[in-house]
Amino acid sequence: MLIPCPWCGPRDEAEFHYGGQAHVAYPADPAALSDAEWARYLFFRDNPKGPFAERWSHAAGCRRWFNVVRDTATNEIHAVYRAGGQRPVSP
Amino acid sequence: MTGERPSPPARFEPVSDGDLRIAEVPFRTQVNLRLDPGGPAAGDIGRALGVPLPAEPGTYGSADVDVLWLGPDEWLVVGEPGRERELETRLRDAAGTGHVAVTDVSAQRTTLLVAGPKARDLLAHGCALDLHPRVFGPGRCAQTMLARAQVLLVARDGDEFMVLVRPSFAGYLVAWLLDAAAEYVSGQPG
Amino acid sequence: MTRQPFRRDGHRGETLRFRFDGRDYEGYRGDTLAAALLANGVRAVATSVRLGRPRGVFAAWTEEPNALVQIEHPFPEPMLQATTVELYDGLVARGLPGKGRLSGEADPARHDGVYAHCDVLVVGAGPAGLSAALSAAGSGARVVLADDRPVPGGSLPDTAETVDGLPGAEWAAAALAELDGHPEVRVLARTGVLGYYDDNYLVAVERRGERASSRERLWRIRARRVVLATGAHERSVAFAGNDRPGVMLASAARAYVNRYGVLPGRRAVVFTANDSAYAAARDLAAAGVEVAAVVDVRRGGGRSWDGSEVLAGHLVTGVDGPDGVSSVTVSPDPGGGPAGGREIEADLLLVSGGWNPVVHLFGQAGGRLRYDERLGALLPAATRQAVEVAGAARGLSTLGRCLADGAAAGARAAEAAGFRAGRRPAARAEDVAAAPAEHVWLVPAADYRGHFVDLQRDVTVADVMRATGAGLRSVEHVKRYTTAGTAHDQGKTSGLLTSGVVAHLLGVDVAELGTTTFRAPYVPVSFATLAGRDRGALHDPVRVTPLHGWHVARGALFENIGQWKRPRYYPRAGEDMPTAVLRECAAVRRGAGAMDVSTLGKIDLQGPDAAELLDRLYTGMMSTLPVGAIRYGVMCRPDGTVFDDGTVTRLAQDRFLATTTTGNAAAVLDWMEEWLQTEWPSLRVYCTSVTEQWATVALAGPGSRAVLAGLAPGLAVDGASFPFMTWRDARVADIEARVCRISFSGELAYEINVSAWDGLALWEAVQGSGAVTPYGTETMHVLRAEKGYPIVGQDTDGTVTPADLGLGWALSGKKADYVGKRSHARPGDLRPDRKHLVGLLPDDPDRLLPEGAHLVATARLPEPPVPALGHVTSSYRSAALGRTFALALVSGGRERVGERLYVPVGAEQVPVTVTRHVLYDPEGARRDG
Ligand SMILES: [Zn+2]
Repeated sequence: MLIPCPWCGPRDEAEFHYGGQAHVAYPADPAALSDAEWARYLFFRDNPKGPFAERWSHAAGCRRWFNVVRDTATNEIHAVYRAGGQRPVSP
Repeated sequence: MTGERPSPPARFEPVSDGDLRIAEVPFRTQVNLRLDPGGPAAGDIGRALGVPLPAEPGTYGSADVDVLWLGPDEWLVVGEPGRERELETRLRDAAGTGHVAVTDVSAQRTTLLVAGPKARDLLAHGCALDLHPRVFGPGRCAQTMLARAQVLLVARDGDEFMVLVRPSFAGYLVAWLLDAAAEYVSGQPG
Repeated sequence: MTRQPFRRDGHRGETLRFRFDGRDYEGYRGDTLAAALLANGVRAVATSVRLGRPRGVFAAWTEEPNALVQIEHPFPEPMLQATTVELYDGLVARGLPGKGRLSGEADPARHDGVYAHCDVLVVGAGPAGLSAALSAAGSGARVVLADDRPVPGGSLPDTAETVDGLPGAEWAAAALAELDGHPEVRVLARTGVLGYYDDNYLVAVERRGERASSRERLWRIRARRVVLATGAHERSVAFAGNDRPGVMLASAARAYVNRYGVLPGRRAVVFTANDSAYAAARDLAAAGVEVAAVVDVRRGGGRSWDGSEVLAGHLVTGVDGPDGVSSVTVSPDPGGGPAGGREIEADLLLVSGGWNPVVHLFGQAGGRLRYDERLGALLPAATRQAVEVAGAARGLSTLGRCLADGAAAGARAAEAAGFRAGRRPAARAEDVAAAPAEHVWLVPAADYRGHFVDLQRDVTVADVMRATGAGLRSVEHVKRYTTAGTAHDQGKTSGLLTSGVVAHLLGVDVAELGTTTFRAPYVPVSFATLAGRDRGALHDPVRVTPLHGWHVARGALFENIGQWKRPRYYPRAGEDMPTAVLRECAAVRRGAGAMDVSTLGKIDLQGPDAAELLDRLYTGMMSTLPVGAIRYGVMCRPDGTVFDDGTVTRLAQDRFLATTTTGNAAAVLDWMEEWLQTEWPSLRVYCTSVTEQWATVALAGPGSRAVLAGLAPGLAVDGASFPFMTWRDARVADIEARVCRISFSGELAYEINVSAWDGLALWEAVQGSGAVTPYGTETMHVLRAEKGYPIVGQDTDGTVTPADLGLGWALSGKKADYVGKRSHARPGDLRPDRKHLVGLLPDDPDRLLPEGAHLVATARLPEPPVPALGHVTSSYRSAALGRTFALALVSGGRERVGERLYVPVGAEQVPVTVTRHVLYDPEGARRDG
C-alpha cells in the first residue's frame, strides 16, 4: 500500500506507524468522567468494513501525524488531511 | 575536546571503481533546527544561513552550508567538520527570543558517500523510493529506509548521493552496501 | 543418429547430458526437462501425492500439475515443475514420489532483491504483451516488460503462427531488439510476476542462474500503469483415466512439436470441445504423429479437417494403460460407459476442454471477474487499480486481435501515465474463423473415482460429489474440503474445472458459483528468494555504541537489547558468567565500576512549554524541577500501565533532556510527537532525538567520587557541592562533559556524557584510572534488582501500574491530570489483590529460581486448575546479600511479606519467603558514598 503523506507524498506503507481511529480526542477533564465514560474513551473504537478515518505517522520520514480515510475492505484511500483537521465529507 | 577524534564511526576500506565509489565522510557539522516556517524567525535564520529555509518537502538549499528539509517545521543544517559552535551560535543569534530549537546533532549521524553511474542501481537494492534522475535528482533529499536502516538520502550533482545514517547502524549499513556492491565492481559476475 | 527416439526429424541442437531417476539421457539446449524427458520416451515422471498413481507430463509451462521433480545438483531443490526447469549440462533430477523434501543444509547460493519503478509495466511478452510494450515504449515512458520464459513470444514458438509475414518467434525476437534500443525500457526475461498488491505494487522473481551474481532476484516493482498480457491456459475435461501418462493438453503437445521438436507420442487421439485442438492435431500430423481420431464433443464437429476421422458428438469414456496410454475408449454422447464404447489404439490423448484466460494477477489486484457464458471462462471485469488486461488474458482467441489489442492497451497505458504514444502501426496476423466452442466439464459415468479435476491434489469428481453431498454449496468450501486448487499450480488447470463440476452436480450455472480467491504467489517461490540478502549478518541490523570495539577487544560477551549489542559481562580467564557477575557486582559495591550506557534514549526538549509537556506525560511533577537538577520519571499509557521510565534533566528554564530505556528510545520520541501534534498542538515545545549525539559512561560505587575527582580536577565533587540528582558541566579527562549524579545501583554514582566522538577517549580515560572495573548489563541488572528498581519490559508487562511496582511516590497528587492518572482511580487499579512487585528469598540460599516461574500458595500442588499467585520476573545471585534472590509480581504481594510461598519447578515445589522488593540498603545510605 502507498500512503500519501501530506508532506512527503506517496510512500511505502512500511515507512508509517498506525495510530488507530482518528477524532478520538483526549477528554478535556478526565477526572470529571465516570468510570464507564473513561472506559469508553480507553477501550471502545469503531471497526467498520468500509471507509474509516484513522491516524498514521510518517515514522521513517518526516515524523508527522496525519489523518487518512481508508476503506478497510479495499485499502483505497479516500482522503488525507492534517492532524486536527475536519474529516472531509465522504465522496 | 579539541584534540584528535577517534576513527570514523563506519570504519571501512572505501570502494573506488570506475562505476561506483563508496566512502565515509565523517565528522560533518550537523545542527537540527525546528521552528514555525511562517513565524518571524524563519526569515532571519534564512538570511543568517545565506539561503532561505526550503519550504518544499524533500528539497534542500545550499550556501556555505546545506539546509535540508526534514519536516514542515524541521531542517538539518550541514556544514564542514568543526563548525558546531559557530553554526549553533549563528542560528541562536538569528533566532533571538523566538521559539526556535537549535540542537547540535553532529555526532548523531555519519555520512556515507555513494557515487558513480551505478550508484542508483546500488541504492535500488534497498531503497523503495524512485531514484530516477527525473524524480530524485540533484537538490532532492528524503528521509526513508535503506535496507533496514533509517537514512537521510541526499542527491547531489554527478550521480552523487550522501547517505546520512545513525552511527550505531553504520556498521550494518556499510556491510550491506559493500555486499550489494560486489556485482557492480569490476571483475565480479553481473 | 540421435539417441533421442521421440525427437522430431531434423531438430538439432547443442547436446546436453542429464540424469533422471538414476538414468543418463541427452537433450538439447533450449529444452525444458519435460521436453527432454519426452524426447527420450520417458512417460511416467512422478507419482501422485495421495493415490500414488504414475503421472506424466501434462502441460508445457507453469500450469503443469503433474511432472514435479527434485533437482539434486547443484543444490537440492524440491517441488520444481519439469516443464519450467531449463535443461543444462550435468543436471541431475528425479521424479517426486508425492511430496518433496527440503535440504537439511543451508543453500549457499546468493539471492537478492531490487526495487524498480516504471510508468508502464507489461506482464507477459506474448503477442499482446510485446505489442503493448512496443507502443508504450514509443511514447518515451519508462517501461518494464517482465516475462517468465527464457525467450520472448509467449505462445508464438508453440503455435508457429506468422506475424507481419515473419515466423512468430522471429517477429518476437525483432520486437525485443527494438525494445532493447529504448533507453527507458527494461526487459526482464525469465522473470515471473507472482504477486500483485495494492497501488500497483508487483513482485516478480528473475531466474538468473548459477553464474550470475545471484541465482534469483526478487523484483519489487511500482508501476503507474500495468498491462496484464498473461495469456490463457488450456483446461482439461473430467473423464475416466484422465490422469494417465500420455494424456496431455492439446496446446502442450503442439508446443512440444513446434517449440522443442519433440513428439509426445506416436499415435494420438484428440478430445476437444473447440477448434484450437484441430490446429494442434494438424501440427502433430505434420511432425509425423499419426492422428487416429478427433473426438469432438460438438455434434457439428469443428472446422474443416482433412486428417483422420472426426467423431462429432462423441466423448472419451475411458483410457487404458496404467503407466501410459495404450488405448482410448470413445462413445457417442450421452455414452453408456466403457462397455458400450469403441476402443482406439493410441499412446497419446490430447485434451482441450476450453481456455481459461490467466486472470490470477488481475484477481490478486482486487479485480472482479465475470463468467462469460459464450467463452466458458472467467473474464476480467471491474478493478480499482490502474491496470489494463490485453489479449488472450481477456478472452481474445485469435492472434491478430491479440496483437491489435496489446498495441492499443500499451498506448492507453502510456497516455494514462502522461505520455503521448506514437502512431506505431500494430503488428498483423491472419485470423481464421472458428466454429463456436462448447463447454463440457465432465463425461458422465457410473463411477467417478477416476475422473480427476485436480491432478496435483489427486481430487476426483467423486471427491467433489462427497463435498456437495455433505451440503457444501460454495466453491470456496469445496476447495477447502477437497483441497482442489491448493497445490503449487494454484489450480491453473483445475480451478474452473472444479467450479464447472460443482455447478454440474448442483444443477446451477457456473456464473452463479463465482470463483475462489486468487492469492500470491502465482508461481512457487523459494523462501531463500524472499529472504534475499537479509540473512546471516545482514538478517537484522546490529547496533553498536562508539565503545563497541573496546568491549570486543576486552572479550565482553554481549546481550541483545532490541537491535543493540550491549556488553553483558567481561569474563576474566577461567570465569563463567555467575563468577564474573559476582566479581563485577562486588567491585561496584566495594570500589568503582564503569558501564557503557550510551544506548539509553535521549530526547532534547526546547521551548517555553517544555515543562508543561513533561508534566502531562510523566506521572511526577517536572515543572518544579530547578535548573541544574534531575528527577526520576515514569510515563504511563492512558490506561494507567507503565510505558517507560527514565530521568528528566533541566538544562535551562525552557530546555530539558529526557532519557528513556534502551528499547523504547524511538517509541518515547514518537509518543511525545504524537501528543504534541495530535492533542496539544498549542504547546510550544520541540523534541529532538540526541540518543547518538552523546556517549554516556556510568561510574558507580563508593570509589567513584575519587575516580571522578582525579579525571575532573576542576569539578567540586564533594557531596555538598555536587548533591544527588544534580548535574554539572565539567571537563573530564580534558573532554567537555555533562556529569549527572544519578544512580541505578543504589551506590554513589555518576553518568558522564560526552560527544559520541569522544566517547572512546572518555571510556579509556576512566579505565586508565586503574581503579575501575568494567561491568555489563547482567551486573547492572543484579545491582538494580537488589535495590528493587524495576526494569520496564522485564518486571512489567502491559498490565502493571506504577503503584504495582511500589512507585506510588512517583505519582503526583498535585497535578490535575497526567496521562494515565484517571485510570489509577478506576476500581480495577485499586483492588487489593493486584500483583505487586516483591522480593523472594528461596529457603535454600543457593537456589536460583527460573525467571517466568509461577508462584502458588501450597506445598503440594492441588488438582488443576491451580490458582497461580504471580510469577518470577527477575532472579539472580547476589554478592552483597551472599545468596540468591528474586523479584516477582505477586497478587496482594505487599500484604504477604513474610509469607511462605512455593515455586513449582519441574516436579519440585521450591519454598520461598516473600520480602519487600528493596533488599539491599533500604535506607539508601550508600548513595552518598
Ligand atoms: Zn512525510
